[in-house]
Amino acid sequence: MPDTQFIPEGVRRCPFSQFLIWIGFLGLILLWGLIAAALIWYKGLWVTGLDNYFGFGLWIVFDLAVIALGAGAFFTGFLTYILRIDQLKNIINLAVVIGFLCYSGAMIILALDIGQPLRAWFGYWHPNVHSMLTEVIFCITCYLIILSIEFVPLILENRQLKKISLLDHLAHNFHIYMPLFAGVGTFLSFFHQGSLGGMYGVLFGRPFVFRDGFFIWPWTFFLFILSAIASGPVFTMLIAALIEKITGRKLVDFRVKALMGKISGFLLCIYLFFKILDTWAWATGTLPKMGFSFDEMFNRHYGQGLLWAELGLCGLLPALMLIIPKVRNTPGLLYSAAILTCIGVIINRFVFTVQALAIPVMPFDQWALYIPTWTEWATSLMVVAYSALVISLAYRYLPLFPQEKALQKP
Amino acid sequence: MSESMRIHHHFEIRWGMVIDIDKCTGCGACVVACQAENNIPPNPDPFDRMRDPHWLIVYKLSNHKKFPEHDTAYLPRPCMQCGNPSCASVCPVIATTKDEEGGIVSQIYPRCIGCRYCMAACPYHSRVFNWFDPVWPEGMDKTLTPFVSTRPRGVVEKCTFCHHRWQIAKEEARKRGENPMHLDEQAYIPACAEVCPTGAIHFGDLHNPEHIVHKLARSPYAFRILENLGTEPQVYYLSRRDWVRKQGDNHFRQEEKKNS
Repeated sequence: MPDTQFIPEGVRRCPFSQFLIWIGFLGLILLWGLIAAALIWYKGLWVTGLDNYFGFGLWIVFDLAVIALGAGAFFTGFLTYILRIDQLKNIINLAVVIGFLCYSGAMIILALDIGQPLRAWFGYWHPNVHSMLTEVIFCITCYLIILSIEFVPLILENRQLKKISLLDHLAHNFHIYMPLFAGVGTFLSFFHQGSLGGMYGVLFGRPFVFRDGFFIWPWTFFLFILSAIASGPVFTMLIAALIEKITGRKLVDFRVKALMGKISGFLLCIYLFFKILDTWAWATGTLPKMGFSFDEMFNRHYGQGLLWAELGLCGLLPALMLIIPKVRNTPGLLYSAAILTCIGVIINRFVFTVQALAIPVMPFDQWALYIPTWTEWATSLMVVAYSALVISLAYRYLPLFPQEKALQKP
Repeated sequence: MSESMRIHHHFEIRWGMVIDIDKCTGCGACVVACQAENNIPPNPDPFDRMRDPHWLIVYKLSNHKKFPEHDTAYLPRPCMQCGNPSCASVCPVIATTKDEEGGIVSQIYPRCIGCRYCMAACPYHSRVFNWFDPVWPEGMDKTLTPFVSTRPRGVVEKCTFCHHRWQIAKEEARKRGENPMHLDEQAYIPACAEVCPTGAIHFGDLHNPEHIVHKLARSPYAFRILENLGTEPQVYYLSRRDWVRKQGDNHFRQEEKKNS
């Protein structure tokens, strides 16, 4: 293999030609997405399914979902470096890479989503301190820098780069300061996960998402943090399992995965307790106060099924599965519960973004329907392909999984 | 809504509109006047109503009864210039504010990044996004209003109560040696109100007893859309028909009480 000297010592990787075919496949998806992106920038956002009713659509759902699922990075970092749960060191590298990809992917999507991408820096130049979105802009950009700093030492661990003494020392020093970065990352992440929820909770013109709250923070602020830290760890664990499935190699000890499942399970229980309370208070208090009934929030396209799926099938069920040791220690059930948890969070972000805008607020207005176009799907898939590409390169050339060598021994 | 979320500004002048729905025939002259006055480009796809660039649109209301009880009404909807705007506080770059005397919610096009968060916040759909490059058919560019900037693709825009007309009226008052903060009722009128053939749209300072809107807004037949939400619009509507006034807001709690 022409790249043998770059592959970490003591591990086996597929032939270079096979790797190239895989990269070529990802390249095709990337190309499709790039064509769509070029079309959007050249022609304008009318080539998407967005309109004056749906200012937010698939892209914002995608962004919110990946930012929630990418919470595995900061939360695993917090548990590993601050709470010193040593077992998680076996998956922290992957968590950091996933976090980096989720946040950088969200940035790529935002560059397409906003009408004037060249003015994106105005968030820093003319910040509105009253806007939750300003806080999101601040925190996600700062946190992406933190994630990049956390990613650097892993890149410097490459077999060839390690030979350069300066880079080796640099990587060592980065490792020493990692708890500091983990702490800063935790602080930033907590706030923007919350602010993403707060963004919706403050919309007092939108009965589906508006919530009362504590001081300036609507309840959605806290619910978004809880749902992110509940789903992030299982998403990281699922990606690890997916890489194992694709490569056919054991990379992370199952006990670590089960531990991630346990952490998610308990957090999911806490989240659901408050989420169910919140839904009850919203349906019986907030909505009638605004002049609406619970039934008015749903129609045949955006039905109650979504709510029950979010709370029940993709909420209570996986929560129960993850907190029962016997269930979560069975690989198939652990992965099923993890998938359901992730779907639950995606449904939550979808209804908060799309259903909220579909509901007529003025009594003489009508329900609207949003259908994304191929350009939105292609660009979203482009980010997925970009993430797969970076993970593939990281897996092949970097010591992504510290346990890999040990786990291959018979 | 919690008090911490409310933004209250007190202005000496509060420009407001009172639209008599019973007089509105739905002719759409106000829409055309608004488009011409504010340099709103033609929609490249006139059938695409969901990407309509109009700042003012007319809704058709129905009492949903069968003939002979059937009745309809037309409701022109400009920006409500809310006293407590849901859009201004959410804008991440202060591209829309409620801080100028007169209480008109501003929109700063060169600063707007096109995130559309304000559109998600506005329950009236008063805000439109510039989906297309603004292009006027040949020759029509000569009809552009010189006092209103054209807007590029990718920014959000909305009704400004023809703010430039207020600037001109103030300038004229200064020239005449009059107080620009105490304009005559006819000195400043938005294009929609000026052109309305039935005189359904009234405009003026809601604080000024000399202006008709001051009186009309206090009529027992006056209502505002979605008052329950606490947006405090500066646009009032008038109708002697109960069913029309009822459609101004959502009344779940009231109906619940009535049924019990």
